[in-house]
Amino acid sequence: MNNPNNKKRRDFLEKVMKGVGYSALGVIAWSSYLSQSQSNNFILRPPGALSENDFVSMCLRCGMCVEACPYDVLKLSTISDEISIGTPYFTPREEACRLCPDIPCASHCPTKALDIKSLTIDNKLSIDSARMGLATINIQSCLAYLGLQCTMCIRACPLADTAIVLKTERNERTGMHAFLKPVVDPDYCTGCGMCEHACPTKTASIKILPLHISKGDIGSHYVVGWEKEDEARISESSLEVTLEKTKRNEKSVIDNLNDEDGILKGLYNE
Amino acid sequence: MNDFLYKYRFLLLRRVVQITLLITYFGANAYGWTLIRGNLSSALFFGFIPLSDPFATLQMFFAGAVISMDVLVGVAVVLFMYGVIGGRFFCSWVCPINIITETASWLRRKLRFSDKKKKNPFSRNIRYWVIVISLGLSFFFSFAAFEMVSPIGIAFRGVVFGFGMGWLFLVAIFLFDLFSQSHGWCGHICPLGGFNTLIGRYSIVKVIHDSDKCINAQKCFKVCPEVEILAKVGKESVPISGACVKCGRCIEVCPSDAFEVSIVSMAKG
Repeated sequence: MNNPNNKKRRDFLEKVMKGVGYSALGVIAWSSYLSQSQSNNFILRPPGALSENDFVSMCLRCGMCVEACPYDVLKLSTISDEISIGTPYFTPREEACRLCPDIPCASHCPTKALDIKSLTIDNKLSIDSARMGLATINIQSCLAYLGLQCTMCIRACPLADTAIVLKTERNERTGMHAFLKPVVDPDYCTGCGMCEHACPTKTASIKILPLHISKGDIGSHYVVGWEKEDEARISESSLEVTLEKTKRNEKSVIDNLNDEDGILKGLYNE
Repeated sequence: MNDFLYKYRFLLLRRVVQITLLITYFGANAYGWTLIRGNLSSALFFGFIPLSDPFATLQMFFAGAVISMDVLVGVAVVLFMYGVIGGRFFCSWVCPINIITETASWLRRKLRFSDKKKKNPFSRNIRYWVIVISLGLSFFFSFAAFEMVSPIGIAFRGVVFGFGMGWLFLVAIFLFDLFSQSHGWCGHICPLGGFNTLIGRYSIVKVIHDSDKCINAQKCFKVCPEVEILAKVGKESVPISGACVKCGRCIEVCPSDAFEVSIVSMAKG
């Protein structure tokens, strides 16, 4: 038992185990912080930002975009923000993006985390092609939808009458007034947040939501039949459409419609 | 007064450099100065000299990010600089955490905490393991893992853009260095220190020890943040290599001028 080799082996094993144990401790603590630090996915990024995952891996956290922002709209996240630390974001209710035509934030980005190319059309910078988020209206608290005349959001909107349009509608309650309801067009909304900043309700009734939250996707299993090009999307479909056999779809559709025992059963005899 | 200035010439100069850098970065954000833009891991000097931290870039590479040409040129510039003057000069001349941890170790000396030898001191090699773990986690999470927790980034961004709750983290490092392990963060854990040690291994600017002048005052041992590198002091005339941070404290405290900064030929180094 008192063999010196035995002691050496013991020491060695102890060292190895301690090394592995401490490394595991470090990895666990570190990765739990890392995953927790990403937990907030309600973040609005500067114009031209890549998708959130790519953005976080490309961003150097250098803050050059924040420095370049002439209106101090962009902020860098700190350790307590639950946003990947040191990355730029903005909060429209406090300060909204002014859509500078020279896009200083994206053009100062040393990596391509803010991709200036995605904001370039025919070799010209086009800030209107930015898609930072999408304005979304809560029609329960929006003053215009209640019947008051407001128009604050459309007045603030840099793309008024395209990104936000006013829809007029008769107000049945009074019988003599019109609703002037703002409607957002996702084809034009840049997500700059001027509308949210301007909204006079206590909590903004028009809010910029990050695209991955607000945007719907029609999918390839629905096609807009009246547009020829839209049918091309069917070929993109990666979904295998499988039909489950039930009693109702045993027959072909036409049979099902025409047959007396089909879907219209009972209607014929009246 | 002149004595004081001379006695702490490197320390004072380092503080001037560190604080000037922070002020310049702060000015870049607050007043639009164009001398330096960016941060301590990626910057642009005078609007055209790019600098990028090799360790941060390596993490990004592991995270699967596409490294742009600007960043690669920046890495090359930094690698060349570190190759000549030694990677860890960053630690004592640029890094803002250095101010915090040197204050902690100064207080430790004043309170005589260092007199008692610790039974199980932290291993100096922890930092190399932290490098490995950083790269592993960067790969796993697809972003630069150490940059997410780096107190250097937190301190730097804190000064330039506002701290948030980040200052608590800096206090934690101060307390760790003061009570738990002398030079705990910078000398044992920080992977950037480890990485810069590796890069600067064959640097040609080094502190050189002259054992003929040495009177064994042992003062250098008290102040050196990487005391293992002084193993041959008093026995042989050697360039101080390895993890030396080029802080110059040994030169300042030596009563017999046995240290000096010099250029070592590659063969000798």
